[in-house]
Amino acid sequence: MINYIIRRLLYVFPVLIGVNILTFVLFFVVNTPDDMARMQLGDKHVSQAAVENWKQQRGYDLPLLWNEQAQGVEQATNTIFFKKSVGLFVFDLGLSDNGRDIAADISQRMWPSLAIAIPSLIFGVLANITFALLLIFYRGNYLEFGGLFLCIVSMSISGLFYIIAGQYLIGKLLVLTPISGYAPGADAFKFIILPVLIGVVGGLGSGVRWYRSLFLEEAAKDYVRTAKAKGLSDLQVLFKHVLKNALIPILTGIVVILPLLFMGSLISESFFGIPGLGSYTIDAISSQDFAIVRSMVFLGSFLYIIGLLLTDISYTLVDPRVSLD
Amino acid sequence: MNKPIKRISTVIVSLILLACTDGALNNPYVQKEDNGKVIYTVFSERPKHLDPAKAYSSNEYAIIAQVYEPLFQYHYLKRPYQLEPLLAQSMPRVRYFDAQNKPLDETALATDIAYSEYLLTIRKGVKFQPHPSFNLVLHKTLPEDWAGDDLYRLPLATRVLTSDDFIYQIKRLADPATQSPIAGLMGGYIIGFNDFSKKQKALQTQFPQLRKAQRLQAESMMGVRKINEQQFIIRIKGKYPQFINWLAMPFFSPMAWEADEFYSHQILLKKNMSLDWFPVGTGPYFLKENNPNRRMVLLKNPNFHDDFYPSQGTAESLSAGLLADAGKQLPLTDKVIFSLEKESIPYWNKFLQGYYDSSGISSDSFDQAVVFSAIGGVGLTDNMRARDIGLQTAVTTSTHYLGFNMLDDVVGGYTQKNKKLRQAISIVMDYEEYISIFQNGRGVPSQSIIPPGIFGHVGGQQGVNPVVYEWRGKAVRRTVSQAKELLTAAGYENGIDSATGKPLVLYFDSMDSGPDSKARLNWLRKQFDKLNIQLVIRGTDYNRFQEKMRNGNAQMFMWAWNADYPDPENFLFLLYGKNAKAVHGGENAANYQNAEFDALFEQMSTMDNTPQRQAIIDKMINITQQDAAWLWGFHPKAFSLHHAWYKNGNPNLMANNKTKYINIDPVLRANYQAKWNKPVYWPLAIVLLVFLCLLIPAYLIYRRIERSTAL
Repeated sequence: MINYIIRRLLYVFPVLIGVNILTFVLFFVVNTPDDMARMQLGDKHVSQAAVENWKQQRGYDLPLLWNEQAQGVEQATNTIFFKKSVGLFVFDLGLSDNGRDIAADISQRMWPSLAIAIPSLIFGVLANITFALLLIFYRGNYLEFGGLFLCIVSMSISGLFYIIAGQYLIGKLLVLTPISGYAPGADAFKFIILPVLIGVVGGLGSGVRWYRSLFLEEAAKDYVRTAKAKGLSDLQVLFKHVLKNALIPILTGIVVILPLLFMGSLISESFFGIPGLGSYTIDAISSQDFAIVRSMVFLGSFLYIIGLLLTDISYTLVDPRVSLD
Repeated sequence: MNKPIKRISTVIVSLILLACTDGALNNPYVQKEDNGKVIYTVFSERPKHLDPAKAYSSNEYAIIAQVYEPLFQYHYLKRPYQLEPLLAQSMPRVRYFDAQNKPLDETALATDIAYSEYLLTIRKGVKFQPHPSFNLVLHKTLPEDWAGDDLYRLPLATRVLTSDDFIYQIKRLADPATQSPIAGLMGGYIIGFNDFSKKQKALQTQFPQLRKAQRLQAESMMGVRKINEQQFIIRIKGKYPQFINWLAMPFFSPMAWEADEFYSHQILLKKNMSLDWFPVGTGPYFLKENNPNRRMVLLKNPNFHDDFYPSQGTAESLSAGLLADAGKQLPLTDKVIFSLEKESIPYWNKFLQGYYDSSGISSDSFDQAVVFSAIGGVGLTDNMRARDIGLQTAVTTSTHYLGFNMLDDVVGGYTQKNKKLRQAISIVMDYEEYISIFQNGRGVPSQSIIPPGIFGHVGGQQGVNPVVYEWRGKAVRRTVSQAKELLTAAGYENGIDSATGKPLVLYFDSMDSGPDSKARLNWLRKQFDKLNIQLVIRGTDYNRFQEKMRNGNAQMFMWAWNADYPDPENFLFLLYGKNAKAVHGGENAANYQNAEFDALFEQMSTMDNTPQRQAIIDKMINITQQDAAWLWGFHPKAFSLHHAWYKNGNPNLMANNKTKYINIDPVLRANYQAKWNKPVYWPLAIVLLVFLCLLIPAYLIYRRIERSTAL
């Protein structure tokens, strides 16, 4: 397995270089360094000299990808692309174009994102699995039909509606939780109840249907019939055997997103006033802050690859038939 | 009690206790002391800069204008806006000199004045806020036991303000490393500013290891001279009376060199603790907590100098009870909490729950808050009145306009034909309708470039734009048929170009992409349809739009301007020929150039607010109305709501340091909050009951399944 992990980790470099080039090209197709300077300096009284000064101070006065004026290796290294990319591969994210330390920003903002994302994931998965198994248990009667109908209704409603309706109902009419806000430490509890509840409820429709389809496939297998023939109750079969054997596809869905949880949720964090990372990238795109965009895309890609690797490893833990050697 | 039940009970009780610690369950604040003399307010996006040399937008000024103080401020209550000393001991003594450096008297012609010299005297005994940067030991090393999370846990110190601090800040404005947005502008006025900037750039390249404070102190600026600890002189080119308005902006707040030096610690920079994020000022408050993603907290500055609530104001301010706190030491509150609210819905709901003291009105909630009477008066809805919420309105000192590119072959130019085309379009563009549909009635159609409240604005019949309106007891927009006559005279009868026989097609460049943009652009098309002119909307992003404007490639565009200071020069310069954007890179986006207007502008800009100045402004306005380089658009009206416990709120559109005048009645607030935030539990019981009802058929089916046979 060690060889497999090393091999997969070595694949990371070409993938990240590719992602980095793609991000760079896409960003600078839309924005020029002059545009970035003008965006940062504002609309009023901005002279070309101020723009040139901004670029020089931030290192955007160099050629983008190839420096004709330089000699030898410097033709490639004395460029915006190289200067802005090389630090990423040693996880030196550097300063944003606004002058803030990106690593410090991420380490400060990831915790509130995790405070919402982890309980949402745990309670969401538990609720989805439980309801999906119950739908299997009540297969063929009106409780299943009713449940499926509610799932489809739930899937048809926009996520934004759950947030606004939840805030209105629980925060405004019932006055049971703050409508939005956040506090660090133990004080966070009362602020995360509502977003977590809405996250879980809002995801129930699609989640239950997805897990139900997994369990249905599993419930049709021979060992289920054998277990029933041996006298096990339906509930025992479902919760002990079907659930265990359906873990591989469940893990595929969960483990791969685990490293990305800290990236947060754009809409949810915005409406609930959670100071997380959800809007970090999108704000950076709006403000044409290339330093943040490249860092977040790089980090996102790296974590996604790590998530895939963890998924592969987790297969070996839940299914003895799978081996990575 | 068995173990599981005991554990569950413990968890439930703990959670209930936790939830109840702060009173109401929905209280978004956690600290108990926050219910004293505290202002609760919001910010909707993280400020870019809190360095007074860089900050230039209202959301940045909302914070830093409470921490930094310039030499002058706008009187809180007097109208028209009036400057008064803040950190200055008195208003400046201004002396004029000719090109040979000979003194001139005050009545000298502006054309004879080569230099103006401002002698500035600062107040004695003003101290900076307590801050670790004044503890010089900390410049070398920080204590090892410092956790690195709170600057104010370091040993604090202070020192007395001197003229050096003002001079240091002017040097910072000129320093290329600071990247101040007004560096280019000030370079055109302050003597030696550009030379200083060049020297700093050379020093920065030559000695990159030199720290900023050392580098700035190593050189002097010719036009800025220290007289003594309390006095200094700024020398500027020519006569520029508006310079004093710049001295009232945060750009010219004093900066302690120690702050720059202290924040050069690498460990602080790694924690995003820099002068750009943790200001050091002399103002009524200091920034105790800065999490731009969650909240910022200002605390009362214990070293704040004597500063008292004004005892004079307008008759309106007296009748509104705004002089109730006259003579009291400022600030009137101990703490200000700015919470980040990106979305308008939670902000509005929390305002209604009493957790924010004041609120603007978004279009989503406008109908809940405001009603218009049959005669157009503005009032609050019954629901708002029942909550004792107050409403304040004010026409802002800004203007939103639609500009023609005067360099364009079709809509630009200065011939009668060109003018009449623009005048015809000006008539059919029904801004009254626009304000009603898209601004919820919050705006005043503009008659000229100068908004109400600024010297030079003329209201009533005298101020009406005769090209667009007729006076019939009130301004009445001219008819479409009158516009069609002008269009015909311009050679476009019924929208057909008489020269080519083809329909007239005009182009509007827009970066409008919000949810209302489609409706807004459709409305615009309909206005041109009245003249059978085809309007093509060219959607573009921010970058390309700016580029088109810089190169003069746009034909028509919408833009806005917000006053820097209350002087007509700050609006009329938007049409000054030497500021033409495509030609000189200035702020004249329409590239309007009229020799007569320019000559009058040069004359007017150096005058005091006298009847002679008004006469010149009237002439200038008349020229621009006839040339119709802009559709004058509208001046937005700001609506704000505030709770009964929020006192002294006054729409002063020039003052940025208004927070110190606000007073809060915490007892009244606590009472209202308790009344409005009683939890409602009974729906939870219904939900529980429904769930239990569902369990019955589930259990019955379960039993049936378990008892059924396989076959």
